[in-house]
Amino acid sequence: MSNRLFGAAVALLAAALVAGCERPPVDTVQRGYRGTGMELVYNPRTELRVAEANQAPAVTPPADSDAGPKARDIYKNVPLLGHLSVAEFTRVMAAMTEWVSPEQGCNYCHDPAAMGEDTKYTKVVARRMIEMTQHINADWKPHVAATGVTCYTCHRGKAVPQQVWFKAPPQDKRSDFIGDLAGQNQPMKMVGMSSLTIDPYSLYLLGDQTIGVGAATALPTGHVASILHTEETYGLMMHMSAGLGVNCTYCHNTRNFKSWESSPPQRTTAWHGIRMARDLNNAYLEPLTKSFPANRLGPLGDVAKVNCATCHQGVYKPLYGAQMAKSYPALLTPTAAKAVADGLPPPMAEANRSVLYFGVGSATLEGEQAKGLTKLIATLAATPAAKAQISGYHSAAGEKASNEKLAKDRAVNVRDAIVAGGIAPARVVLDKPLQVGANVSGEDPAARRVEVTVK
Amino acid sequence: MADYQNLFTQVQAVGPSNLGVPLGEGNSPRTGTDLPQVHLFGRLGMPQIGPIYLGPLGIASIIFGVLSINIIGFNMLAQVNWDIVQFVRQLFWLSLEPPAPEYGLSLPPLNKGGWWLMAGGFLTVSILLWWVRMYTRARALGMGTHVAWAFAAAIWLFLVLGFIRPVLMGSWSEAVPFGIFPHLDWTAAFSIRYGNLFYNPFHALSIAFLYGATLLFAMHGATILAVSRFGGERELEQIADRGTASERAALFWRWTMGFNATTESIHRWAWWFAVLCPLTGGIGILLSGTVVDNWFLWAVKHGVAPPYPAVFPPAVDPATLLQGVKP
Repeated sequence: MSNRLFGAAVALLAAALVAGCERPPVDTVQRGYRGTGMELVYNPRTELRVAEANQAPAVTPPADSDAGPKARDIYKNVPLLGHLSVAEFTRVMAAMTEWVSPEQGCNYCHDPAAMGEDTKYTKVVARRMIEMTQHINADWKPHVAATGVTCYTCHRGKAVPQQVWFKAPPQDKRSDFIGDLAGQNQPMKMVGMSSLTIDPYSLYLLGDQTIGVGAATALPTGHVASILHTEETYGLMMHMSAGLGVNCTYCHNTRNFKSWESSPPQRTTAWHGIRMARDLNNAYLEPLTKSFPANRLGPLGDVAKVNCATCHQGVYKPLYGAQMAKSYPALLTPTAAKAVADGLPPPMAEANRSVLYFGVGSATLEGEQAKGLTKLIATLAATPAAKAQISGYHSAAGEKASNEKLAKDRAVNVRDAIVAGGIAPARVVLDKPLQVGANVSGEDPAARRVEVTVK
Repeated sequence: MADYQNLFTQVQAVGPSNLGVPLGEGNSPRTGTDLPQVHLFGRLGMPQIGPIYLGPLGIASIIFGVLSINIIGFNMLAQVNWDIVQFVRQLFWLSLEPPAPEYGLSLPPLNKGGWWLMAGGFLTVSILLWWVRMYTRARALGMGTHVAWAFAAAIWLFLVLGFIRPVLMGSWSEAVPFGIFPHLDWTAAFSIRYGNLFYNPFHALSIAFLYGATLLFAMHGATILAVSRFGGERELEQIADRGTASERAALFWRWTMGFNATTESIHRWAWWFAVLCPLTGGIGILLSGTVVDNWFLWAVKHGVAPPYPAVFPPAVDPATLLQGVKP
């Protein structure tokens, strides 16, 4: 009797020990020199499930963009896509509906009574997202190459992409006497169920904390990186591994994580990917915070932001590298860059945000550009608590000092224009001159701009 | 005696409990006289539980140990809002973390690593008291102090991880958190930070002694079980008066690998392998960050890491190509 009980107890213990494991067999793929452990491990059953969920939808061929009238001649308020032919414009709009709001339809963004008005927040956000898509496809080629992205890369038929992140709410420590989690040690899917920091995104994909922690010399020569810092980087890497469905060996040589010389080429692509996510979060998503209703914001009132999983969704290349973007030329290059031939791009005029463009070396608001502030001034006049935040930008061409002065002069001139519109000077805040890391290519009309956001 | 040829003890001697020898002057009374005998324990060892000798050192050690475990446990419980169910579910993730790097070696607030310092301090006191207890109990029985010194080797590694290295590095944050997965993540992060501990020769030695100790233990255990039908399990008798069991065991190993330890020396082999595992491991940890910053580069410099043919086209750190972008 006790023999049998003992045997049963041993069997139960053994079962409990293996319960958390994946069922074998798994496939391994050799990736580096033999015997160095450079292998990728795939579970064919998981891969099958992931593959089913990551199929690109069918695309319709582009319409002739020169034939017939332009969209801007027929429709109102089409600053980004107005240069398209009506046929192509309609096709892009229909595709966006399929990609983002297939159930809600056109009315998810448009007011059916006034299609051209920015009455719904979704329309304002969608316009900014088109700009972001153009920016990715044009300026982030080191990461997205010629494959590029479309709305579908992230949205997958959902109004809100399913894998986004918000800042982690701080722990409720009550009297702050006992039980500090130190921002880690909670099982989170996004960091591969590890006990590492639960929010590596704020540090690396919003902030620009140094990622590399390894020392460049054999003996200590003043390089400082704490174990905590290492764990934070490790958390980001776990996210990348989980988000792309790959092992460390996909980008790193496991002998020496730090060394670039022996790294697979994918590491360079990933390096740009991290900077891309950081750029998108800072330049496109964070400034949209005011545009979203509260129910779309995170627990700390921050906007939904992107990380690697937002596009990749468990696959090494989003949608296995399906070439969708090339069928939508309107999404490939920034509209502003296109408009360079006819002078400056039209100003962006929204209720909560304006983007005004300037000529080369010029700090004065010319012609149409000043009208870009009308709606914003109306908003400020209607909400006395709101403040306008101004960021001046400059293109990468030219000298740094004169560029910074130029960006500042542009911002000051825009401030004067807002004050001239009847807003108290105290309600207009000037930010430091900005230059986004991505804008490394010389003279770019889209870079010579001032952005005004209502906060 | 064929009953010894089994994974578990088949024969249990059941009889009146053995209370041990009378204790001399200066000893505390032993705890437990009406001793229970548990069949299941007899499967693995002796069925008799106790008597245990506590004494002032043992009691003090247990008090400090319980204090330490309670500080860790209540911190974890507070982390899940005193929810027992969540405490059980998340136990493997929960942890009491050392102070953040900005505190260096200073005293942090209680909830910012102060609890960790206290738990670590109490645990160290508890372990050191337990060591003294092991030493004095061995002496009280007229034994050698081999067990105490083996324990001291483990304490060395414990102190290196939680005290000596953090002090040399000037930061408590370098120490290991008290948590199940967190201490494993610490280990992985440590290896990543110091350029792959695989290339740390003391780490290699430690692993060799770790696996070596288990191999020796398996070889020795198997040998003794295999010759128990000749009385081989009476090892002390065999040491003093070698019988057919020892002869056969020795012959077996000479036949199969040309060399054999003696019934006595095999225990010295096993003891040294076990003791050298934490001793060398502790040295390897102590040198990381204090003397060597990247073990892979150190190994390349000293010809330890072999070069392999390049498989990928050479990549360059993009941070060195793009100015003004942080790596």
